[in-house]
Amino acid sequence: MSQPALALIAQVALVLFLSPLITGFSRTLKARLQTRRGPGILQPYRDLRKLLQKGMVIPDTASWIFAATPYILFATTLLAGLMIPTISAQAPLSLLGGVLAVVYLLALGRFFLALGGLDTGSSFGGLGSSREMTIAAIAEPALMLAVFTVAIAAGSTNLSTVAQSALGQSWRFLAPSQMLAFAALFIVLIAETGRIPVDNPATHLELTMIHEAMILEYSGPYLALIEWSAAMKQLVLMTLLVNVFFPFGLSAGWWQPSTLVSLVLFIGKLLLLAAAVVLVETSNAKLRIFRVPELLAVAFVLSALALISTFLF
Amino acid sequence: MLPTRELYIAGLVAYTLGIAAGLAGHVTGMARSWIARAICFLSLVGALLEFGAAIGGLLASGDLSWSLASGIPYLNYGVRLDPLSAYFILALSLLAASVSVYSFGYVGHHSTRKSPALFCAFLNLLLLALTLVFTAANILFFLIAWELTAVAAYFLIVFDHESAESRKGGLLYFLMARGGTGMLFVGFLLLATAAGSLEFSALHGVSRQLSPMVGAGAFLLLFFGFGVKAGIIPLHIWLPAAHPVAPSNVSALMSGIVIKAGIYGMARVFFDFYGALPVWAGLTVLVVGVVSALLGVLYALMEHDLKRLLAYHSVENIGIILMGFGSALLFRSFGHPQLAALALIAGLFHTLNHGVFKCLLFLGAGSVLHATQTRNMEQMGGLIRRMPSTALYFLIGAIAISGLPPLNGFVSEWFTYQALLAGFGATPDLTRVAFPIAGALLALTAALAAACFVKAFGITFLALPRSEEAEHAREVSFSMRSGMAILALACVLLGLGATWFLPVFDAITNRAFGVAISGDLVAGNGFLLTAGSAMRGTVSTVAIALALMVLGSFPLLFWFVWKRKSVQVSGPTWDCGQPGLTAQNEYTATAFSKPLRMIFAALFRPRREIQAEYEVSAYYPKSFHFESEIEPTFEAHVYGPLRTAVLSISSRMRRLQTGSIHLYLAYVFVTLILLLLFGVRG
Repeated sequence: MSQPALALIAQVALVLFLSPLITGFSRTLKARLQTRRGPGILQPYRDLRKLLQKGMVIPDTASWIFAATPYILFATTLLAGLMIPTISAQAPLSLLGGVLAVVYLLALGRFFLALGGLDTGSSFGGLGSSREMTIAAIAEPALMLAVFTVAIAAGSTNLSTVAQSALGQSWRFLAPSQMLAFAALFIVLIAETGRIPVDNPATHLELTMIHEAMILEYSGPYLALIEWSAAMKQLVLMTLLVNVFFPFGLSAGWWQPSTLVSLVLFIGKLLLLAAAVVLVETSNAKLRIFRVPELLAVAFVLSALALISTFLF
Repeated sequence: MLPTRELYIAGLVAYTLGIAAGLAGHVTGMARSWIARAICFLSLVGALLEFGAAIGGLLASGDLSWSLASGIPYLNYGVRLDPLSAYFILALSLLAASVSVYSFGYVGHHSTRKSPALFCAFLNLLLLALTLVFTAANILFFLIAWELTAVAAYFLIVFDHESAESRKGGLLYFLMARGGTGMLFVGFLLLATAAGSLEFSALHGVSRQLSPMVGAGAFLLLFFGFGVKAGIIPLHIWLPAAHPVAPSNVSALMSGIVIKAGIYGMARVFFDFYGALPVWAGLTVLVVGVVSALLGVLYALMEHDLKRLLAYHSVENIGIILMGFGSALLFRSFGHPQLAALALIAGLFHTLNHGVFKCLLFLGAGSVLHATQTRNMEQMGGLIRRMPSTALYFLIGAIAISGLPPLNGFVSEWFTYQALLAGFGATPDLTRVAFPIAGALLALTAALAAACFVKAFGITFLALPRSEEAEHAREVSFSMRSGMAILALACVLLGLGATWFLPVFDAITNRAFGVAISGDLVAGNGFLLTAGSAMRGTVSTVAIALALMVLGSFPLLFWFVWKRKSVQVSGPTWDCGQPGLTAQNEYTATAFSKPLRMIFAALFRPRREIQAEYEVSAYYPKSFHFESEIEPTFEAHVYGPLRTAVLSISSRMRRLQTGSIHLYLAYVFVTLILLLLFGVRG
């Protein structure tokens, strides 16, 4: 098999099988910080396996949209994951679409997920869909502006080119524009992956649910696909942050001795970022939903400042 | 070689025959329904012929023009099919063909029932007039065709004249269109005076002969004059009033292509008549674009009238088109023809794409209206089971308009983003910051549009029906479904086949900026779209579509590996333990948009009123009344005062009109003296 095909398979495997690990790590670390023991890092794998083997209940009000949503969500998230450089600076499918395509593929998945929430006819589904689409919409300008700052610095929206350009100047993350853009994207990461203070992944209280409300009617394998996609989306966004701003250790190709080092470094960077998110989660209380726009406005201002400082420095 | 000229004229003849047949059918009042169908067939034939002419015009190496002297000074019925005209004719005839097919099943219902033949006659008149608008090559002829369009559109909007809402919407449209034409007249006259001719060919690059002040004045007059038709904010208020009240196939044409006549006019003026403009001109267009896009989508979110919602989205998309045009103007000012071409392509491509998916969505809304007899989304629901084809087509339109991959809306928005991104490096000073900020607001607009179409599709088609009518809705007829199917297919093809469509723009950009860049925009054997060069970024809609299909089938593999015993039962949705989930438990459109109403409260100034009657205690409400509305900012704060001012001035002027013939004679006399004095002095 040719090199690119192998790289593609490797990255598919990486995105699929690494993502539950990050989720498991976050949950365990969070439990420890709350002086609980936690279910162990591998629990998400066990959950997925169990859910995939279960039967499922389909609400009788639902249409084909409800059934198609898990597949579409899974496909769009995984495809976004293949356009992002992980271990090697050369992502297997980076030519298919750059950072704009990644953002819009995630949006396509979200579009269907929100429809799936409405399809059940329950108030919870509608509530979750409404809040999810609202928060995604107001996070979007901050996300895009930060992405633009990075893309303008690299002269391309192609993520492999961006990573390579960042690799060329390893200390670029110290530039004010990069630091501000990173801060903005960090806030967006928290909002987009549904973590405290924006959403609480562990709650099923109707007043505070967002993501969980939307997927309340899903069960069995469909739920597994949605949970898995959520884990992959988190991995995609975290990879975007670590590899665009801190590209240390990205290997030039896929099959070199250094690839293993790159893999270890990549996982290490992801775990560090996950730990940072968990620290924010445990040291903050969840915001009221109408305070979330203020947080995202801060992100927007940060990314606008990032952009203007590219212009100044 | 296509017989372009013959096709073009034959198309006009078909439309004219349609008008004549419709009028004849109306006057004689015989066999109305088959005559209406025959006229729809004529307009379909006309549209197909014009489609051929448009392709001929795009393929031709030079302009095709021919004219007929009118015998009236300055006016000659000159027609020219240059690449820009041919492109708009292409969009027009594609939409006209699908609307004609849709109309086979549609005419003879509801509002058009009274006289389907007359209705079809006006429809043909609209198509004829628009064809002439896009091809007229003489200012006077253009303005005549322009007014003919307005008249035909007015009659179509008020066709259901027994409804006060239609009459009001039509009147507002007519008044605002008059104002717009007034500005166009003055603007065109300024240009024509400098060129010394009324022919479009003489006006090419005429701006060089204008003084800066006159050039700027004419630019603003023409921009806002065409802007009225296009529906830019703050001149948009007629659009959400007039589009929804028209019969749905007319709404589809209005939002799909009639407002694009304004875009055509702008493209003609900005990129044909004017050379490089000062920076403020491009910035004005860009800012108007951003404001229209953002406010358009925000107002759309607050609507639960399906057709008004779509009408506000037209304002939004016109804004996106203008972002492309504004960037193109700026790039030309700074001397970057390649980038200007990229931005112009983004705007023009979005013009066609918006026409296609908006027409599709309006036809879908028309089918829903046909089946449920209401435009109020709060009365709908569950239609996906009752109208599966309509639902599918509407969903395709919804994905396309939200700018999601891999459909056509994504491609043109992607080009717009790329143009805006390139703007940062290509322009000096602080102007450059305007581009990424515009890009960020475009992202906000697109995300809000996605939220709005989750609402529009979800509330209308999913879950349980909210009313008796929705419960008993039936799928529409074959021809109506076919009309939508053509456009849905166009959404897919323009998205996946964008690389093969781009050469169409070469002749247009070559005429405007002297560059043809479609070759630079395509890489990888026609499977990759690039932003001018592969280094700046690539995207491939075909590959994304294929990859999604392959990856979407992955889960089946897992199923297979784990030998799932496929236990899949259908059960009731969780009802919180209170048996019997009804449509009343569903989220409503108003509830769905509530978070955004709260977040943007400064703009909407929402007002709500709750009245409850209680029995025994405050925990047992007997009846409950809830009312919520948002403040129509422009209507209240711009047009309200304007109307008051106009009325007060007219009531003062009424004193001149006393009814005394002697006084009137005195006016005549004084005027005569003044004119004589003026004449002597001059």
